[in-house]
Amino acid sequence: MKKIVKLEGLCCANCAAKIEEEVKKLNGVENASLSFMTQRLTMEVLEEKVDEIMEAAKKTAYKIEPEAEFKILR
Amino acid sequence: MTKKQKIMGIRLMISAVFFALAMAAEGRVFWYWILFIISYLAAGYDIPLRAVRNIRNGQFFDENFLMSVATFGAIGIGALEEAVGVMLFYQIGELFNDYAVNRSRKSITDLMDINPEYANLLRDGAEEKVDPYEVAVDDIIVVKPGEKVPLDGVVVKGSSSLDTKALTGESMPVEIKENDPVISGSINLNGVLEVRVTRLFDDSTVAKILELVENASSRKARAENFITRFARIYTPVVVILAFLLAVIPPLFTGDWGTWIYRACSFLVVSCPCALVISVPLSFFGGLGAASGQGILLKGSNYLEAMANLDTVVFDKTGTLTTGKFCVTSVDPLEGTKEDLLELAAYGEFHSNHPIAHSVKEAYGKILDQSMVGAAEELAGFGVKTTVYTQNKERELYIGNARLMEKQGILVNAVDSSEGTTLYIADNNTYLGCVTISDTIREDVPKALKGLRAAGVKKIVMLTGDKPEVGKLVGEKLGLDEVHGGLLPGDKVGKVEELLAKKQKGAALAFVGDGINDAPVLARADVGIAMGQIGSDAAVEAADVVIMTDELTKLVDTILIARKTVGIVKQNIIFAISVKVLILILSAAGIATMWAAVFGDVGVSVIAILNAVRALRYQNGNEKTH
Repeated sequence: MKKIVKLEGLCCANCAAKIEEEVKKLNGVENASLSFMTQRLTMEVLEEKVDEIMEAAKKTAYKIEPEAEFKILR
Repeated sequence: MTKKQKIMGIRLMISAVFFALAMAAEGRVFWYWILFIISYLAAGYDIPLRAVRNIRNGQFFDENFLMSVATFGAIGIGALEEAVGVMLFYQIGELFNDYAVNRSRKSITDLMDINPEYANLLRDGAEEKVDPYEVAVDDIIVVKPGEKVPLDGVVVKGSSSLDTKALTGESMPVEIKENDPVISGSINLNGVLEVRVTRLFDDSTVAKILELVENASSRKARAENFITRFARIYTPVVVILAFLLAVIPPLFTGDWGTWIYRACSFLVVSCPCALVISVPLSFFGGLGAASGQGILLKGSNYLEAMANLDTVVFDKTGTLTTGKFCVTSVDPLEGTKEDLLELAAYGEFHSNHPIAHSVKEAYGKILDQSMVGAAEELAGFGVKTTVYTQNKERELYIGNARLMEKQGILVNAVDSSEGTTLYIADNNTYLGCVTISDTIREDVPKALKGLRAAGVKKIVMLTGDKPEVGKLVGEKLGLDEVHGGLLPGDKVGKVEELLAKKQKGAALAFVGDGINDAPVLARADVGIAMGQIGSDAAVEAADVVIMTDELTKLVDTILIARKTVGIVKQNIIFAISVKVLILILSAAGIATMWAAVFGDVGVSVIAILNAVRALRYQNGNEKTH
């Protein structure tokens, strides 16, 4: 299933790349892409693990870029 | 500017003032260092704090850490001026980055400002402002002048002109009246319209386009992946080199100050952000410039492919030709073309055949029913109609060559590859013939010329039509290859053959109208759907959607793609080479820490200014006017 998150306030392109990398490695994430310019993190995740994954992704994002707010759009 | 940016601006001004004061005070008063420290804290007190926080989170080597170590190192060896300068300029650079990125984000949001906030739902004769999501199919909505059309629908009352610029890049308003379809996202310019909704908001054009645009940059170009991978290696390597530089040479020379100073320069240059930021910024600008022209790309990777296009494959009907049948030639035996066309139009008066429609359309004048008498459909041959026109009663026979034969007329069968020929006779006197064929679209020659000029080597047409028809169109347009008589499945096969033949590293694009060619669109390197605003199939299957049906937009797409990719290359080469050069010069002791600041901040500012250029594109067609 597809999940889209906005990382509002994301202002470091290198952090964006790092977050993308880490989120991709999360268990249950099939694919992920974080666009620095649109601040959107698009993830393809396993449906049965979705809550767990979103929590983990949020943690990852805050760890690398504490300034950006993690908003789940869809 | 955001609030955060304003605060930063004030901090930097204070910092700059104290920096100047400190420089002036240096050597005059012993406490000048206090001024430097104030300047340092004003500019970057939060940087070391963030570095500590991030290290706690397990994030080493981020720019906060690097800047903290570099400036502390410089302070440690007494290079106070440099330490403060580095921090001040680093923060100025960051502020500039932030500002440029926000500006660019905003200008693209403005460009795609098509999201309707509300719909005026007509319920029991009263209007009610509702969320477009709440409107159901077949509801009637009211769109007033100046408002955006919130959902796709059909006009049931009123007429107006619509501004579709945000959707199609086309600045000419579109005139609409009752029964015309309207597309969500366009702006109603003058009249009040009542619209019957035909699609839910989620399925409406505006929602599809927003979805496409917002997800566009999630498909990344090779250059984007390259630069992030590069940064991942670059920073640790430079940091390790800095460490070695600070420790090893002094073991032999004992000159710790000099080498720590050089190592600090290394750390300043090692910041990855400047390098990484300009690449997505350029691609984003390119995508924005394209959408300003009514060209939507599903990812930056397609900009890269379009910049390197080798082969373009066109579908014939609906793409190179209009798919509408038109009268292309009128050959009277005697008399004027106009007279023959008039007779043909009256003769076909009662017929509903598409060919009859094109004849009537070609005649163009209103037909007077009183001029038409008895009419009879001759299945498999044509029609027979009594017509009183041009002051004469005629028994018109209109149809194929066999009909003429039946009337005892021998005609030289006109070459059928052109299209369909209608022969016209008055009883058994031959009057002439009219040929109806699929017409080549007006802008095709210009578009093909543009493609060639842009370096496309091979232009191919695929069609399900008879091979002779295809060949004729191909010759007329000067195409390199034409393959006719293809079923949709065969088209995929042909595209695969062409993919195998194209130059290595170059891309192949397939251009179709998005109807029935989804498999081919998917198979090509770049699948381009034309003029299918509002068609779900096209938006889903294609990689590039051109909202208008102007083929010249293909050329615009290539030019935008080239410009963007060019900027990206310039930035990557410029940034990496300046950084490496400064690293070498600093190691050798030739470059100072000020040069290192340029290597970080200067490079990023220049790269960003260059990247912003990608957003600007002047339409080639408009320029020639």
